[in-house]
Amino acid sequence: MSTTPKSPEGSKPRIAVAMSGGVDSSVCAALLADRGYDVVGLTMQLYDHGAATSTSKTCCAGQDIHDAKKVANKVGIPHYVLDYEKLFEKDVIIPFAESYQRGETPIPCILCNQTVKFRDLIAAAKDFGAEALATGHYIRREEVNGEVSLHRAVDQSKDQSYFLFATTSEQLSFLRFPLGEVSKSETRSLAQKFDLDIAEKADSQDICFVPTGSYTNIVEKFHTGEKKKGRFIHVDGHDMGEHEGIEHYTVGQRRGLGLGGEAEPLYVVEIRPTDKVVVVGPRANLAKHEINVRDVNWLGRGGCIPDGETRIEARVRNTHEPVPALISQGARANQAKVFFEESLFGVSPGQACVFYSGEQVLGGGWIMPGGANTSLPHNKRNEKVFASKA
Amino acid sequence: MATDNQRIYLDYNATAPIFPDVVQAVSQALGNLGNASSIHTEGRSVRGAIEDARDSVSKLIGVPASTIVFSSGGTEANTTVIRGLINSGAVHEIFCSAIEHPSVRDHVNPEHHIPVDNRGQIDLEQLHNILRGQEAPFLMCVMLANNETGVLQPIRDVSTLVHERGGLVLCDCVQGPGKSDLDFISLGADFLTFSAHKIGGPQGIGCIVMNSNSELEPILIGGGQEKERRSGTENAPGIVGFGAAARLTAETSNVGKVSELRDQLEAALLEAKSDAIIFGREGERIANTTNVAILGTSSERQLIKLDLAGFAVSAGSACSSGKIAPSHVLLAMGVSEEIAGSAIRISIGRETSWSELEKFVEIWATL
Repeated sequence: MSTTPKSPEGSKPRIAVAMSGGVDSSVCAALLADRGYDVVGLTMQLYDHGAATSTSKTCCAGQDIHDAKKVANKVGIPHYVLDYEKLFEKDVIIPFAESYQRGETPIPCILCNQTVKFRDLIAAAKDFGAEALATGHYIRREEVNGEVSLHRAVDQSKDQSYFLFATTSEQLSFLRFPLGEVSKSETRSLAQKFDLDIAEKADSQDICFVPTGSYTNIVEKFHTGEKKKGRFIHVDGHDMGEHEGIEHYTVGQRRGLGLGGEAEPLYVVEIRPTDKVVVVGPRANLAKHEINVRDVNWLGRGGCIPDGETRIEARVRNTHEPVPALISQGARANQAKVFFEESLFGVSPGQACVFYSGEQVLGGGWIMPGGANTSLPHNKRNEKVFASKA
Repeated sequence: MATDNQRIYLDYNATAPIFPDVVQAVSQALGNLGNASSIHTEGRSVRGAIEDARDSVSKLIGVPASTIVFSSGGTEANTTVIRGLINSGAVHEIFCSAIEHPSVRDHVNPEHHIPVDNRGQIDLEQLHNILRGQEAPFLMCVMLANNETGVLQPIRDVSTLVHERGGLVLCDCVQGPGKSDLDFISLGADFLTFSAHKIGGPQGIGCIVMNSNSELEPILIGGGQEKERRSGTENAPGIVGFGAAARLTAETSNVGKVSELRDQLEAALLEAKSDAIIFGREGERIANTTNVAILGTSSERQLIKLDLAGFAVSAGSACSSGKIAPSHVLLAMGVSEEIAGSAIRISIGRETSWSELEKFVEIWATL
């Protein structure tokens, strides 16, 4: 058990803040310190920055860590860097690479939240005597009579609920998201108010450990099996030549296939790791009416997916808006079936399907390969249920 | 932070608290107009202050003032010797002990790192074997005392061995003054390096003792200061501060009292946690350093929790990010990565009291 001395008597509780060096988490730390909390800044060192950018002369820490230190100093809080390089490689980078090899399109940010951030960082925060861990995520947490629920951010354009679906109730009870109620522009003005140098710093865009944007290098580095070169096969069955390996493609991808001369543009429709086939076809073939999701985290009432069919809204990409859907328990434990009212395009295995009821986040799961397009019985049934929604 | 007024500083090997008199001497020097190279009155006055400081430093170390070359600190001093000898052609190859500070070790091909035994002392037999076939002129670098464990190295034996083979010896003495009563010059090393802030002087100033006539190609070229060995306008306030700290260290250092406190601390640590491991106790050490591991708790966690509780200690070698790598010193001593990764260094000094150490042990025991 931790015996790190708690905050001095009479002062507000100790809160750890996950500081990435970006604007959001910096403002988060400054806000809490300003409100009088005993704030401890924690930055996770996730990978060797010099190695990731292939510049051996670069320090192991990127600019972001130095920015976080500078902010902590400005705000006047202690700040520590925690070395999670090994854990991050095991729990995020390798699964990321393996996911591509399975023909999926992974979202490492969610894996990171699930593992190093909300498992290990929460444990560290507790060890350091903190009573909560705050992050700069744009998401809201509500607590009513001890029941904690997750809600979309007030600033819908910055809402990060898609990336936080896997947060468990237990984790949520320890987490705080002070930016859920503010807009990004308010965050920037707060950064200015607190006189933080990073007020104008650009938002991060890429996957942090792939700063060069070329994820295939990472996939190749951790390549475990044989080469994945294979064939492009058209949905109508004809062979369209060799492709570079399934890890180079994503379901829904149109650009960069090098397949011309067809009447309609071709999309990647399916990736089959077993025979290394990339199935391509016209857009209509991307339509999905029903998908299966695995490793479901249910944050709605009852702690598990309710029996029967439940009306929800589902979101299959961060850039999509949630759409009306029905959820029911899947074939195996922690799996679910999701039926969409209307066929969806761009559903990729390995991405997340996140469940909502209005503003509330009900959880989500990982999209499994397969699924089905419009099938009449479902459609009819769904129409009936959806029709009753109004 | 709420704990600011109750901080307990136990990291003297990183840097020692500056003497208040040094602060005064430095700030006075900062106000003195003049460049020591100028021939006018102002210049001569600054020159005088620098040479007085050189005398004080030379007295602490026990060498003629004329052998002292000021540098910006220990790292520059080591680099000046190593690169200087290589660049002048005076030596063709460099060897070092496996536990040197990175400012030495990173100049040396890993094949030329001489192992240490499990007490943390350089293995003289291995050194002998490695040097046996050595034909070309070479430099052997070995530190007086290791910064992480405090273990003293057999410099006299190394010097004898190396000189028999026609080599030169660089001895990084940064952790020596004030922590041991050794007579530095009798160690037989050809070059010795020192740093002011380890003895209560300012950061950013150190020196080389040139105990050899071998030619050093300077690494800084310019106005030819420090007898052409280190160009650049002298850091006069730093040098004055170094001189004051040297004088105060010579006058006040109480190696016996510090080593008594250290022994008391170690007894208390082992009493609190009988499975704690203290490294380097079997060998001879400087007076102030304790390196101790608690199995199952990472150095990182220990450091952070101790800092939050008001104690400053350190561990391993921190990257500029603050990430801690397991100590290369402990690994070289044959300590497993896991145990090395759960060790911290406590280094005490002139202002440390037993009541501070008692408080430390109380918190440490709960980690």
